[in-house]
Amino acid sequence: MATTTIPTPAPKINRIGLTVLDYRGGKTTLCAGCGHNAISERIIDAMYEMGVQPERVIKPSGIGCSSKSPAYFMSRSHSFNAVHGRMPSVATGAILANRKLIALGVSGDGDTASIGIGQFVHLMRRNLPIIYIIEDNGVYGLTKGQFSATADLGSKLKTGVVNDLPPIDTCAMAITLGATLVGRSFSGDKRQLHSLLKAAIAHKGTVMLDVVSPCTTFNDHEGSTKSYKYMKDHEEPLQEIGFVPAFEEINVEYDPGTTVEVTMHDGSRLRLTKLEEEYDATNRIKAITRLHEAHEKGEVLTGLFYVNPEAPSFIDMLNVTEEPLATLPESATRPGREALEQAMEELR
Amino acid sequence: MATTDVALREAFGQREPKRVVNNMSIQVATVNGSGSQSSNTVLLRSIFQMGVPVSGKNLFPSNIAGLPTWYTIRANKDGYIARKKEIDFVIAMNAETAQEDVMSLAPGAAVLYDEPLKLNALRTDLIFYPVPYDKLVAPVCPEAKLRKLVKNMIYVGVAAQLLGIDMAEVEKALRKQFATKVKAANLNLAAVRAGFEYATANLTKHDPYSIQRMDKTTGMIIIDGNSAAALGCMFAGVTVVTWYPITPSSSLVETLIDYMKEYRIGPDGKATFAIVQAEDELAAIGMVLGAGWAGARSMTATAGPGISLMAEFAGLSYYAEVPGVVWDIQRVGPSTGLPTRTSQGDILSTAFLSHGDTKNILLLPCSVAECFTMAQDAFNLAEQFQTLVFVMSDLDLGMNNWMSDPFEYPKAPIDRGKVLTKEDLDRMGGFSRYKDVDNDGIGYRTLPGTEHPAAAYFTRGTGHNEKSGYSERPDDFEKNMERINKKFETARAFVPRPELMTGKGKAKIGIIAYGTSHWGIIEARDQLRAEYDIETDYLRLKAYPFSREVHEFIEQHERVYVVEQNRDAQMLCLIKLDIKPELVTRLRSIAHIHGLPLDARSVTDELISMEGK
Ligand SMILES: Cc1ncc(C[n+]2csc(CCOP(=O)(O)OP(=O)(O)O)c2C)c(N)n1
Ligand code: SF4
Ligand SMILES: [Mg+2]
Repeated sequence: MATTTIPTPAPKINRIGLTVLDYRGGKTTLCAGCGHNAISERIIDAMYEMGVQPERVIKPSGIGCSSKSPAYFMSRSHSFNAVHGRMPSVATGAILANRKLIALGVSGDGDTASIGIGQFVHLMRRNLPIIYIIEDNGVYGLTKGQFSATADLGSKLKTGVVNDLPPIDTCAMAITLGATLVGRSFSGDKRQLHSLLKAAIAHKGTVMLDVVSPCTTFNDHEGSTKSYKYMKDHEEPLQEIGFVPAFEEINVEYDPGTTVEVTMHDGSRLRLTKLEEEYDATNRIKAITRLHEAHEKGEVLTGLFYVNPEAPSFIDMLNVTEEPLATLPESATRPGREALEQAMEELR
Repeated sequence: MATTDVALREAFGQREPKRVVNNMSIQVATVNGSGSQSSNTVLLRSIFQMGVPVSGKNLFPSNIAGLPTWYTIRANKDGYIARKKEIDFVIAMNAETAQEDVMSLAPGAAVLYDEPLKLNALRTDLIFYPVPYDKLVAPVCPEAKLRKLVKNMIYVGVAAQLLGIDMAEVEKALRKQFATKVKAANLNLAAVRAGFEYATANLTKHDPYSIQRMDKTTGMIIIDGNSAAALGCMFAGVTVVTWYPITPSSSLVETLIDYMKEYRIGPDGKATFAIVQAEDELAAIGMVLGAGWAGARSMTATAGPGISLMAEFAGLSYYAEVPGVVWDIQRVGPSTGLPTRTSQGDILSTAFLSHGDTKNILLLPCSVAECFTMAQDAFNLAEQFQTLVFVMSDLDLGMNNWMSDPFEYPKAPIDRGKVLTKEDLDRMGGFSRYKDVDNDGIGYRTLPGTEHPAAAYFTRGTGHNEKSGYSERPDDFEKNMERINKKFETARAFVPRPELMTGKGKAKIGIIAYGTSHWGIIEARDQLRAEYDIETDYLRLKAYPFSREVHEFIEQHERVYVVEQNRDAQMLCLIKLDIKPELVTRLRSIAHIHGLPLDARSVTDELISMEGK
């Protein structure tokens, strides 16, 4: 009997020859519907599409449900699940040791805005090359639903407890302190988050993305301001974000009247189609003002708030050699005998 | 006419005192921030250049300017450089403390003082030398603003004349001190000369103390322990340094920055290192771990309060097996304690720093030379054992000037421990991060950035199995903890061995000590022999965990005195945990907690009284 072999379609590969499967991680153990899982998916897609070598990526994280998520994407990248609130320092050390690594740090709102606020603040100041993602659900998921410091005024816990302290706006803070690409998104906003993540990968400097990521188990009910429903009803994107990576030649026309193009450090282009006439994502002061305005008005603003592709990174400032410090040979790290002789002579 | 005080002549008549050569403690009492440091260093160096063994100890307040400070120089022909309790020669520059300084002296001591203070009225059994500083300083230093500083150089000249220190050596030391600042050097030299000439013309020597040329310092260097540690770290190949300023550790990193800028800039003009002043000690140690994990030789330097803050990360390093080096320049605690005084009070808390069953490797340098060599040991051990290594220095060692033989260039190449490369993985196919392949408890690790699909592993402080996968299984946890303990057992044979110094014959008494206590102990052992005919054997610890020699030493002695600079006999506690129960009763504690460097006399007296003699 004649058989026709149906050719299996070749799996899609990216520009470095990897399939999306090469970016996958272990099976998630987070709750079904948890926003954090959706963010992991977006990270996988963005890394795959950008053709990032997974072995060059490191995934530092703190402690929390969110901080567990690096186990669920990119198994071919080294992970460092550190201690609560201290991921920034661990990431900083790793990048100092090897400037060729691409750091994608995952934190939670508790991990960042409470116990870790000190390290967060100082990380933002340094403009270390890192993508810092806050998976923001307004509660401590892993310790079963207490309020975090990003919970909005008046937001209600399942138990009926109402939050009466003002939230910390991590985006306004990051911009104030010196982060050079800052945005807010929503785990349910596939397109926007995808573009922001790709821009983040192309950026050189500190990227801070606050991604609202509902906790289905402890903070997804009526009265919560970080629920799926609340976000769907209230999310107000500042702009539509288009991203053209450096390696793509496509040159689609755009209307300079409504769209601003920002060229990134690596030659990629960000196309920001304004939904708000006046907004200029390269103006720090205006960005901060607009975020404070949003709080006054009770808006849930998302989008790219601020970008500065030019600022020198921490590594540039330290004048660190191009080769990773971690693997410098002994000939580079141990001065010769004459050096010790000279030092001794000075002490005689 | 000589103006040496009448009081003295009344007390001692005109008879010539017995001469005491190259054996004295000189104490300079000044005010913090008055710039006396340069003068004291010049004095110290001049004696050193005369070939006489010296040490210089600065007793300073936790204050920037205005509070009293004392600098003590001990010159000793026999090489004893521990603190000596008795002061023989006081240079009283501080009106506020002068009376007390003078009242506390033993009869026969000499006092060089600022004339208007009229200290000679206080006692009749001392030898007084008045110096009219203000009158002397004006002609040599026309600029009134500088007089406060330059004044201090005058006492160097007076002391040099009275003690017989060669002016050529003083000038050499002074030129070294001011190095490139020729104008400042000349100005200060003029002040020294004014002092010297004043003494020649106006003072008659009545004290017995003098310095005479010897040859016991030829080729030697003078350095503080923190600078020695900095040099050691640089030659150990450190690449990432993070820190948060705290006395007495700050100068370690500050000196390291200077050395690295001089010797560790590559041919491309770029740094082969990164040094970051972190926002606090939590961040400093976090960066050390991040860098160590990614393959750097990383370190931080701190003191007790910083160590406390680092506790959580120490446990992460222990359990996730991440290398790094921490220098603890110990000062007096608890809490802020006496931040400018020395102590060995962090031994227990650092040995077990962090919750759960955490145990850390400690190195115990006693000298500047060991600060240099143990820096190298520390980095090698940290990477071999994939854990934090704490180097337990102290303020006395770190901040004071010590003489030493010049440091030797490292003999062994740098040991980076068990790290798998891409080529290893090509050959092996994969690896299990926490598997005990070599039966020493130590697994193999990969560095992030290794270009092999099987290189990555998940580093975590949560329960994990051999493959670094998350695990809450009791058997996984137990097995892993036993393996990590095995590493610690393995380390016993790799850490620096203790140094044994035996007495004559078969001594029944053993002494165990470590760190800077060493200098008091060697002198105390000689005192015990000379004054009480008591022979002792002495074991100087260099590391925790203890090696076999520690057990043997205790087995071989009826009574073992553990001398340390803390209240609770912290090292003795660690030893107790390690030895056979029947040996525990042999241990006795001699503990010192006053914050001053340990002196021999205190040890001798206490040991004698405990011996019931
Ligand atoms: C030092 C310390 N204190 C407290 C905890 C307990 N703890 C674990 S996770 C967590 C909060 C996590 O909240 P968040 O960062 O928002 O993560 P989520 O679980 O919400 O994703 C807390 C308080 C801890 N692990 N360590
Ligand atoms: S508790 Fe909340 S944050 Fe944690 S996994 Fe479940 S849904 Fe996600
Ligand atoms: Mg949370």
